[in-house]
Formats: sequence, structure tokens, C-alpha cells
Amino acid sequence: MSESPEVGSDGAGENLVEIRNLKKWYPIQSGLLDGILSRNIYNVRAVDGVSFEIRRGEVFGLAGESGSGKTTIGRLVIRLEEPTEGNVIFDGIDLASLSPGEMRKMRRRMQVIFQDPMASLNPSMTIGEAIIHGLKIHSPETAKDHRKTALDMMERVGLTPPESFYDKYPHQISGGQRQRVVIARALVTLPDLILADEPIAMADVSVRALLLDLMVRLKNELNLTYLFITHDLATAKYICDRIGILYLGQMVEIGELRDVYEHPLHPYTQALMAAVPIPDPRERRTQTLPTGEIPNPINPPPGCRFHPRCPVAREICSVDQPELRELHPDHFVACHFAEDFL
Amino acid sequence: MNNSHLSEANILYNIKDLVVEYHTRGVVVTAVDHVNLKIQRGEVLGLVGESGCGKSTLGKALMRMIEPPGDIVGGELWLDQTELMGLPEREMREWRGSKISMIFQDPMTSLNPVQRIDEHIVETIKVHEPETKKSTALERAQALFERLGIQKRRLNDYPHQLSGGMRQRTMVSLGLSLNADLIIADEATTSLDVIVEAKLVDQLEEIRKEFGVTILLITHNIALIAQIADRIAVMYAGRIIEIGSVHDVFLDPLHPYTQGLLQSVPNIKFDEREELYKMPGEPPSLSNPPPGCRFHPRCPKVMPICLKIKPQLLENTPGRQVHCWLYQNHPEKHQSTTEVAV
Repeated sequence: MSESPEVGSDGAGENLVEIRNLKKWYPIQSGLLDGILSRNIYNVRAVDGVSFEIRRGEVFGLAGESGSGKTTIGRLVIRLEEPTEGNVIFDGIDLASLSPGEMRKMRRRMQVIFQDPMASLNPSMTIGEAIIHGLKIHSPETAKDHRKTALDMMERVGLTPPESFYDKYPHQISGGQRQRVVIARALVTLPDLILADEPIAMADVSVRALLLDLMVRLKNELNLTYLFITHDLATAKYICDRIGILYLGQMVEIGELRDVYEHPLHPYTQALMAAVPIPDPRERRTQTLPTGEIPNPINPPPGCRFHPRCPVAREICSVDQPELRELHPDHFVACHFAEDFL
Repeated sequence: MNNSHLSEANILYNIKDLVVEYHTRGVVVTAVDHVNLKIQRGEVLGLVGESGCGKSTLGKALMRMIEPPGDIVGGELWLDQTELMGLPEREMREWRGSKISMIFQDPMTSLNPVQRIDEHIVETIKVHEPETKKSTALERAQALFERLGIQKRRLNDYPHQLSGGMRQRTMVSLGLSLNADLIIADEATTSLDVIVEAKLVDQLEEIRKEFGVTILLITHNIALIAQIADRIAVMYAGRIIEIGSVHDVFLDPLHPYTQGLLQSVPNIKFDEREELYKMPGEPPSLSNPPPGCRFHPRCPKVMPICLKIKPQLLENTPGRQVHCWLYQNHPEKHQSTTEVAV
């Protein structure tokens, strides 16, 4: 696997996070005997050698189908899980070098917004309590200060008037309001990085635009950087600056959003883009789509992982794994024949 | 498919003034509120709406599959020349599957995990056609699988051995196995990845052509409707608020909700408008809906009459119906407007 683009620039530079050759293999024990002998015969290669950087102040999108490893990468970046191999450099610091105590302090700087607000809120905790919970852990202020900070943040995310929401429970407010609570809770410690894993996928279409707008506004006001994980390429278009496309645990293409969307260089990206339905009956899809489905990550195909489904695959594709190459300024693709699509 | 011939002979299913209520702890929720809808023979009708608008309840009501605490409290369901509400349950059971069948969102919960795929299909056929021989039923199952692009040997598999896309196609083949006239697909593609979803949509289109089957596609995915449906019915808070051909509705939506909804759908193409419409508010709760037009609290074109009196679903132009005071008259419409102006 190639080095990440632009690795080697100084740590405090334009990159907030650098992800280098990240791997996460989950061992599976196939039977009782293997369990007793602690033999691991198979590994699920959820993430298999991924490198990219997240620049300060940008929204970096990570897109892929289910099983592509996007959620696992997010969890590795904020160290909810330990990688099997590889490094996450956060603001110049290798997270693997931190002691548990140091890592705990670092957590204030990286927060998460998950998909399902109902599942990520404690039903027996009021909204105010949920929001100040993180403050209690991370900041030495008094309870009175905490309350004020929480109310300010609630106002910012549009839970107004905040006092009327503070003592309510999650089930007493609407779905859109719950998602705002989750956003407020993530932002109240003034983090640098927000991992947003399908943050609006559960919201209704008519509510999504407001939530997206809120996320962009807060990013600018609070100098945030987002790692935005999604399966929804159409929605990603409205928030991401750059995007990485994952296939079966590997990055197949990275670039400025518009470059990737308008001139996708990887056959998989091209297929994904073609499959996204366009909300206009005059533009019905005519392209054919790749055969088959995303294969099993336990035993991924050799060479390029997309080759069994690829319409342009040749012999080399089943043998040699293509590396990410910069074909255009800031546009990287892992395909032996990407030049053909230039 | 053209939308002009709404003659009685072309109507497969005629829903007249359907009301479905749920009774829980003394609260009455009207999930389907006096719905009138005609489904034409051989069409793909898209029924769209956000969560909680009653679209799934409507779909289940068409098969008389509403379970307590819900109940169909009013209306008529005409399938061809038969009124289904008048049928005894025993007879209705025969109609389910053979005349109308339903494909649900999650095939894993609809398939029996300890039953092989061929057993599912053979059993379905045998229940409805006891005189059919097992070998004949099996042949039909094989033909269907071939038609849907799954290898015949996969019929020997158990549900967990199939991929998500194959499971969903198994559900489609179950729906087709009895030559049902109407297939109701309730978010049938929602749990699928985008490429698999697009392929299933292609197959539904082929099936419609080949078998002449009528499809009611219930979904929140508006872009999908633009790609496959002939007509669209938009539902909001238990009521149908607009019906028309997809071309008419997408290019010139009449109801302010439809207008806002279509403008808030993300579009992956860059030549389209780059801003999504940020609709204020959220869909109302059906246990306490707003009076008059239920969209009025979110409507940019609200008039005084909208707060008080419910509009009707009236024909605007041939084949086009809309439930909005902007397009219909009432003695109070202008009266109240002047009062406010004074």
C-alpha cells in the first residue's frame, strides 16, 4: 500500500489527522476446537491498508457500501478501537503513543455524532444532563458554569428557548430535536474533530436540509473539522469538501468532491455514481451496472478487489493490487487503467 | 405508460374513503384519513411520504393486514369487481398472495431461517393451489429464479446463505409465484446498497413489462420514484395531498409540500441547483395533528382558511389531483383573507 498523500509535512500543518496504512482485522474462530486452542484461521479484513489525511477545517467524506469498512475507520480514527496495524496521527501526535490517561484528555478534542439519536441518548437522562455530561468529565468548571455552557450550545443548535428543553427527556421531543441534542452534546466540549457517522440518515427528507445547514454553520462558527461517513452520495455532495470512496476495506479513490463526482476515475466509483437515482423522471438511468455484489471480506479477491465485477478488468488486475496514484492534482485513484478514463 | 386513461376498466384497485385508526391508551391516531386512490392496471404507482405519514399503514390496509390496536374503520376496497372489506377473513386469506402480494423492507425477518428457499416458494404455491404438484411448483420456482438472475442451485440454500440482494429477489419471486395482479413493495429496496437497489429497480421494471403486473411502490426515496414510477401519490400526515404522473408532479408540483419536498431532495448532478430547500418544522404527530390543512404550520403560502377548514383532494387538470386551498374555492376563502388584510 502506498504512503498517504502528503505524509511527511509537519504535524502541526494543514492536516488535523493523518491516517497511515490503517488495518483492522477481526479474527473469527471457526469452531469449538479452534476456540480452545485459540487458533485463528480466518480474519475479517474490515479495513485493509487505508491511508488518507483530514485537513484542518474541511469536511472529509468517507463513502462506501455496507461492509466497505467506513464505520470501522471512523472508530479507529477516534480510537474507539485499536488498529491491527497502522497509525492515526492527530494534530501531530501518534495516538498509539498516548497512555490511557493522556488518551482520555485527548477525547475532549474528538467527538462523535451517530446515526440514531434515540439510541445514543440515555432515556433516563434529561437533555441538559446529557449535554453537560461530557463537560463534567472534561472541564473543571463549576456546575453553574456547566449549565450556562450547555444552554448556550442548545441555543446555537436551535433548541430554543433552551430553558424549555433543558429538563425534558429524549422521548418528549421530536426526532429532529433529538438530533440537535446529539449535535449539541458533541460540540459542547469544543472539540477539533467531529466524527459524524451517517448523522442525518434517520431524519426525514424534509428535515435533513436544515440539519445539514446547521452542521455547516456550526463548523464555520466553531472551527471544526468533520469526518463525515455516509452511504448516501447525493447528500454528501451538499456538505463534503473532499471525499474518499471505499471498497471492501480499501480506498479506491480520493479527491475534491466535484472532481470525484464529475470525473470519477475508478470503475467502482463510476458504477456507484451511475446507480444513485436522480430525482428527475427525464433523466432515467440507461447505463448497465456491475454484476454481483460486494464480496466477503474474509477471503477478498486477489489483486484489485473490484476486478471480478469490473467491466474493464484485464489480466493484471487479478494479480497486482493497484496503488493509489495522483492522476490529477489532489485526485488519487487505485486502478491500473485509470488513465483510460482521463 | 400514459396517464390519461383513468377509465373504470383500467382500474385494478379502487380505494374509496379509507380510514384506518389506531387506538392506544385512549388516544385515537388516524393513520389513514379518508384516502381515495385508484391504482391502474399495469402501472407502477409510487406512494411517497415521510416516516409516520401513514403510507405503510395504507399499504397493509390494501391487504387487510391491519392488526390491533389498529383497525380499518371506514371505506371500501375494490379489487376489480370485488369489495374486499365485505369478504370473510377465510376468503381474504386466499386473496392475499394470489391476487395481491407484499414485499417488505427486511427480507431476513420475512423468511424462515430454518427453511430452505425452495421450500418457501413451493409452500407458498401449495397453500394457494393445493392441486399443483410439488414438482410443478419447483419448476416454477426455478423459472422465477432464472428470470431474476439467481442461479437455480441457490434454491437449496437457507436464507442466511444468500446476499441481501438475493434475499430481496427471493421475496420478489415469492410475490410473483402466484401470479398476483398487484405487488405492494413497502420500502422493499431501502436496506439495499445503492448498486443492488438500482438493479432490483431494473428487474421490477422488466417484471412489470413481462408479467403485466401492477406495482405499488411505497417509499420515502423520492429519487427512486422518479426513476421507475409512472404516477406518484404524495402522502402527508395521513392524507394524500397530490397525485399525478411523475413527469407532471416532478416538473410542476402543485402542493406547497410537494414543492418543498422535491426541492429538498439531494441531487448528485452538479448542473442542478446547489442549495437544498430548508423546510421549516417537522411532520406532525398523527395523535395531535394540526386542524384544517395539516401542512399549514410549515406552509410558505398559508392562508387564513388553511388553519380552519380541510381542503379536498380535487382534480386540477386531467389526471392531476391536489389537496390544497390554492387550487379550490370556498365562500370563506376570500372572506377571511380580507378580514386579515383589514
